[in-house]
Amino acid sequence: MRKLTSIIEWGSLLFCTGIVCFFLIVIIGDIINKGSSALSWAFVSTLPTDGMTKGGILPAIMGTVLLTLITATVSAPFGLCCAIYLNEYASNNWLTRLIRASIRNLAGVPSIIYGLFGLALFVQGLHMGTSLLSAGFTLGLLSLPYIITTTEEALRRVPASTREAALGVGATQYESIRDMVLPSASPGILTGLVLTLSRAAGETAPILFTGVAFYINNPTGFLNQEFMALPYHLYMLSTQHQSIEEVRPLAYGTALVLIIVVFLLNSFAFYIRNKYSKNEG
Amino acid sequence: MELSAKEKIDFIAKCIFRATGVFIIAILGGIFLMLLWNTIAFLIEIKPWDFISGTQWNPSGVPASYGILPLLVSTCLVTFGAMLIAIPIGIGTAAFLSEYAGKKLRNVLKPTIEMLAAVPSVAIGFLGIVILSPKLGELSSQPNGLNALNGAILLAVMALPTIITVTEDAIHSVPQPYKEASFGLGANRWQTLRKITIPASAPGIIAAVMLGVGRALGETMTVLMATGNASAFPKGFFHSVRTITATIAIEMGEVPYQTTHYYSLFAIATVLFLFTLIVNLIGEHYVNKFKKYQAL
Repeated sequence: MRKLTSIIEWGSLLFCTGIVCFFLIVIIGDIINKGSSALSWAFVSTLPTDGMTKGGILPAIMGTVLLTLITATVSAPFGLCCAIYLNEYASNNWLTRLIRASIRNLAGVPSIIYGLFGLALFVQGLHMGTSLLSAGFTLGLLSLPYIITTTEEALRRVPASTREAALGVGATQYESIRDMVLPSASPGILTGLVLTLSRAAGETAPILFTGVAFYINNPTGFLNQEFMALPYHLYMLSTQHQSIEEVRPLAYGTALVLIIVVFLLNSFAFYIRNKYSKNEG
Repeated sequence: MELSAKEKIDFIAKCIFRATGVFIIAILGGIFLMLLWNTIAFLIEIKPWDFISGTQWNPSGVPASYGILPLLVSTCLVTFGAMLIAIPIGIGTAAFLSEYAGKKLRNVLKPTIEMLAAVPSVAIGFLGIVILSPKLGELSSQPNGLNALNGAILLAVMALPTIITVTEDAIHSVPQPYKEASFGLGANRWQTLRKITIPASAPGIIAAVMLGVGRALGETMTVLMATGNASAFPKGFFHSVRTITATIAIEMGEVPYQTTHYYSLFAIATVLFLFTLIVNLIGEHYVNKFKKYQAL
């Protein structure tokens, strides 16, 4: 009897875990299963045609890649400098505590509010219009707290003796950080950056009002123009298109490409992390 | 005293690093001021009481009505439903991972959960439309299943990784002697888990739930795609609802700038901001509590 109850107890926990795995299997399985038939070289290398019912998604892929690059360019230097300040310079005073509290709160701000902020600041305030640049800056702000947190984590793992050795042979603090601390923390920093970017690449809400468009046929002067992006394309194809059933295969194809992009970035990050932790041990 | 070139560079670098720190505070301050400014512009035109207690959200009607209640109730309903699903499953999974699963199984399950966290919200919303919606439609004998329950299930999927990870950390932080004492008294694994480990990690579990709630409250794309977006007052899980985030996403694209309708969207965003802020602060309070506990 006692054995039976313990099996039921164990089974209920296993059941919970099973549900979580089931969710992932359904999500990945369905997208791969139905998306792979739409996926072809032409699909990822041509422009959409016939009012989005045929053709490929090249502009959306290009848009997402460019957007992610701008996000990285904006957020990586700022995030790096801020993390260096917090971990290497800051003493425990009110300013440091205020910065840390701001970072934690920024990480919890809903992404749609970043979209509103980007609209008010970049699109209207700085007259950048709805453009690739506005959207990239908005996503850059959204990514900052994550980049700072992961970078600081990586800096913290560098042993104090590394810094002391550099200072001991007469380097200034800046030189010690530039030549000793950053190189040894770089794999950890890169892992955090790539993970954050994979998340930014899948974001939709912050770019809704800051520059994304359903169809762009004239990709000249791209930085100050509206652009297409994979997540927004999937959203439009699955909810706003006039012939939704007809474009469903294309929507599946777009979902598959988006998932592949995100998972590739993730696997790259894990690859760096594993290589790094092996070197450490 | 004359500084050498080296020392000058060192000093300038320090100033730049500190400036970026101040910049972070400026971003949060900027977001807050932007919300506040536009909300004040809205409240000058609409009576605050009408905004808080109005049961109708119809900015394009004649006369326009800006009652936040239906949006707020929708948001809470979907989040509440998501938590009903995600909390038991999340705690069960975390307990299984930390107390029952062997090392090999853990090494498979942990990346699985991380993968679930990496799936973009728009992809989850898409599957809510194509997989979940037809099934829920049959269940409720309605033409489609784009309703609050659909959104709740999807949000549960999205909140699960957060809840599992933080709960597992909390369970890990329970001191080993507690469990050993319990085993020593003859309790089995399940009894120890229920009577010792879970109660001892309660602050961490509360933190996990709060972080999950924060995530669910602020999520836009899944609820926008899966809940049907009817602006009527929400009637229940099998009816279409429209959350604060979805309302902003739908209407901001269409309103002319600097109109009452435009300002109203910032006003509801402010309410959302305050809600998530409070939830996250509570979560953080409990995270610190179990971290302290861990240090003992």
